[in-house]
Amino acid sequence: MGSVTDFVIQQLINGISLGSIYALIALGYTMVYGIIQLINFAHGDIMMVGAYTGWFCTTVLKLAFLPSLMIAMVLSATLGMIIERIAYKPLRKASRLAALITAIGMSFFLEYGGILVLTPQTRTFPAVFPQTVYNPIGEITFKYGDIVIILTTVILMSLLQFTVKYTRVGKAMRAVSFDKEAASLMGINVNNTISVTFAIGSSLAAAAGVLIGVYFNTINPLMGIMPGLKAFVAAVLGGIGIIPGAMLGGLAMGLIESFVSGIGFSTWRDAAAFFILIIVLIVKPTGLLGKNIREKV
Amino acid sequence: MLLLNNIHVFYGAIHALKGISFEVNKGEIVTLIGSNGAGKSTCLKTISGLLRPKEGALSFKDDDLTVVDAPQIVARGISHVPEGRRIFANMSVSENLDLGAYLRKDKEGIKEDREEIFTLFPRLKERRRQLAGTLSGGEQQMLAMGRALMSKPELLLLDEPSMGLAPILVKQIFEIIKEINSSGTTILLVEQNARMALSIANRAYVLETGKIVLSGNAQELMATEEVRKAYLGG
Amino acid sequence: MSNMKMSKLEIFNRKNVIMLFLLLLVYGIVQLLFQNQILNKFYMMTFILVCIYIILAVSQNLITGFTGQLAIGHAGFMAIGAYMSALVTVKLDGSLIAGLIFGSIVAAFAGILIGIPTLRLKGDYLAIATLGLGEIVRIIFLNTDYLGGATGFQVPKVINWTWAFWLMVISVVVIKNFINSSHGRACIAVRENEIAAEAMGINTTKYKVMAFAIGALFAGLAGAIYANYMYVILPGTFSFLKSFEILVMVVLGGLGSITGCIIGAGLMTLVSAFLANYPEMRMVIIAVLLILLMIYRPNGLLGNKEFKFDFLNPKKKGEENGTA
Repeated sequence: MGSVTDFVIQQLINGISLGSIYALIALGYTMVYGIIQLINFAHGDIMMVGAYTGWFCTTVLKLAFLPSLMIAMVLSATLGMIIERIAYKPLRKASRLAALITAIGMSFFLEYGGILVLTPQTRTFPAVFPQTVYNPIGEITFKYGDIVIILTTVILMSLLQFTVKYTRVGKAMRAVSFDKEAASLMGINVNNTISVTFAIGSSLAAAAGVLIGVYFNTINPLMGIMPGLKAFVAAVLGGIGIIPGAMLGGLAMGLIESFVSGIGFSTWRDAAAFFILIIVLIVKPTGLLGKNIREKV
Repeated sequence: MLLLNNIHVFYGAIHALKGISFEVNKGEIVTLIGSNGAGKSTCLKTISGLLRPKEGALSFKDDDLTVVDAPQIVARGISHVPEGRRIFANMSVSENLDLGAYLRKDKEGIKEDREEIFTLFPRLKERRRQLAGTLSGGEQQMLAMGRALMSKPELLLLDEPSMGLAPILVKQIFEIIKEINSSGTTILLVEQNARMALSIANRAYVLETGKIVLSGNAQELMATEEVRKAYLGG
Repeated sequence: MSNMKMSKLEIFNRKNVIMLFLLLLVYGIVQLLFQNQILNKFYMMTFILVCIYIILAVSQNLITGFTGQLAIGHAGFMAIGAYMSALVTVKLDGSLIAGLIFGSIVAAFAGILIGIPTLRLKGDYLAIATLGLGEIVRIIFLNTDYLGGATGFQVPKVINWTWAFWLMVISVVVIKNFINSSHGRACIAVRENEIAAEAMGINTTKYKVMAFAIGALFAGLAGAIYANYMYVILPGTFSFLKSFEILVMVVLGGLGSITGCIIGAGLMTLVSAFLANYPEMRMVIIAVLLILLMIYRPNGLLGNKEFKFDFLNPKKKGEENGTA
């Protein structure tokens, strides 16, 4: 029986690490969706830009992890704001589908623009951290990187939760996502608040990108596609537009994947994640933490 | 204080306001009455910057408002309680009040005003930690008004404060409106309940399909044949 | 709904005869050019791909443009059609026609099976659920070694221009007639206002599933044509990016416009083909064009209007918009 417990604990560790990364990306999806009801398909690619920035900082500039992470976050935040202003803001009053197609276009632009500028070649992250593997009991192992991922995620999420709950800008974000017109009657600048939301979401994605880089070591210009899609699935799973939902969904996603891989079905792990999403949506169409709102006539 | 001159507003191709002119003087309660679709709410939305006039002049304390965005108009001292209250149902009562004071930086003043609003609306104090969406209709109206007052407006725009409320509550709300006015806030009130509105207003304008058809002293208007027939039920 | 104003005349009215003549002309010219080797294989492939994408776009438009359901799983149905037709033609030694029919029907059944539970979902939730289902289909084929798995499934090339062109014409005509039927009008009612349609006694679930199944049927057909033309089919071809591509063609041309999405599909395929030597640059250019188009024409090139053939000067016709 010991080996079963070991197995479960091991997969929990792997799943929480992976899930933390999904959760960080999912937060950006959910915040942007909450405020302008747009599935920002380019979000995964912003994560890729963050990963490359982190790679550049650690490899070329020889910076340590923390400054690299900060630079990546700030740069991606700026990129997120620019994308919103150029591509999404003009479509605020157009159909949601037009905005969705624009987001898909932006995603293609970043992916293939990335290949043009960065070459399709895979880059290797330097060993930013000691490659220590801890082996506390039995067969269970975890890496130094696991601790870094989990710690970084917990800190960033606490910061986010504090910002949204207690700060002026956080209150403005919640007000704008609930009712833009009423928010502007409070004196809130709706456009700036949307920009801030993109900035925060993009910086979290960048953090996820850097963490992927230091944990899995390799990055490439198309690395944002699958994790981006899965993070979006995580956001919907938890209840899109709901910040704790994205955290929960991300973790659930990571755990599903690691357990399915762990029992030897790694080629089916994406299918399992999608399957669970569909079951959840059919049973509870607004996601795990979503409120069921009846459509008004 | 507030001056509208020949204002024209369009919703797409629909000509909603067709040359509206009126004024509100400091310290007054002015009411706009008229039937559904006459353009009353459109008037208020234009003043608070949610809609832009296509033509005409709009000024507040001699400043041109037609070039100012909605958030800045709040800063100039106009606060709008929109139709349907539009409170932030997903936030607590006290967070709603905080958002009313979004543009203010004076922490002490905000605290004082919050206490003042709690004395004006004791129900809000009891429920300050509750989610705004769980309040009753009357309480939501109080919250919407309290939230608007948190910006310390010189001019308060009220859109249908009596809508959907029981008669006893309507009376209470109108008492409070009078109280707000007597403490120095000028009020522009839009109402379908013409009798109540005229009873507390100094002056009134009657709107019909985007035009002002009658205006004058509230008491005198109440006595005229047209107003009684059309808006006071005979 | 100006696009619904159809003069109901007999089948052999003047317009239809002219249209048939034009179709024959387009078909003949391409066929002739190819036989005389003025058009090389690459162009032939491009034209056949245009036909395949037109079928995909028109069927997606039935679901999204006319019935208003944002489903992003078309690549999944295409995959089912491709693999099931190849199963018949390769593994069971069946004829091409049997393969095409079997592939389409299995895809339609999958559409019904998937549609009944998921079409209760609305908007973006439907989008992500169908996207997920499409991915599940791809992963199933990826793990099915009997059908080639990750290394791909070899299928002999039997589709030619004649097959592709006329199957495309039939698909467009069938979908167009469906849209102009009373069922089609019910679908449009669902798009315009689902609750009102329900109140009028329209069984909205039935029509959503019907549109979804017909859409899936033709996506399956397109997949079957693709499989029997391409020598090899790979699961990776049918990823969600393919579904995006199809959706983009529809929105580009105009949701709720058949001629619009035909133009969209043709344009996208031709642009891709002409920039084939610069694969990355091609995607960047397409992306920029897409963003600009959405900003300046958010309803697509044609909106929901149909291109009017009554006033068309036949000399200006290109291959890609020669139908409907």
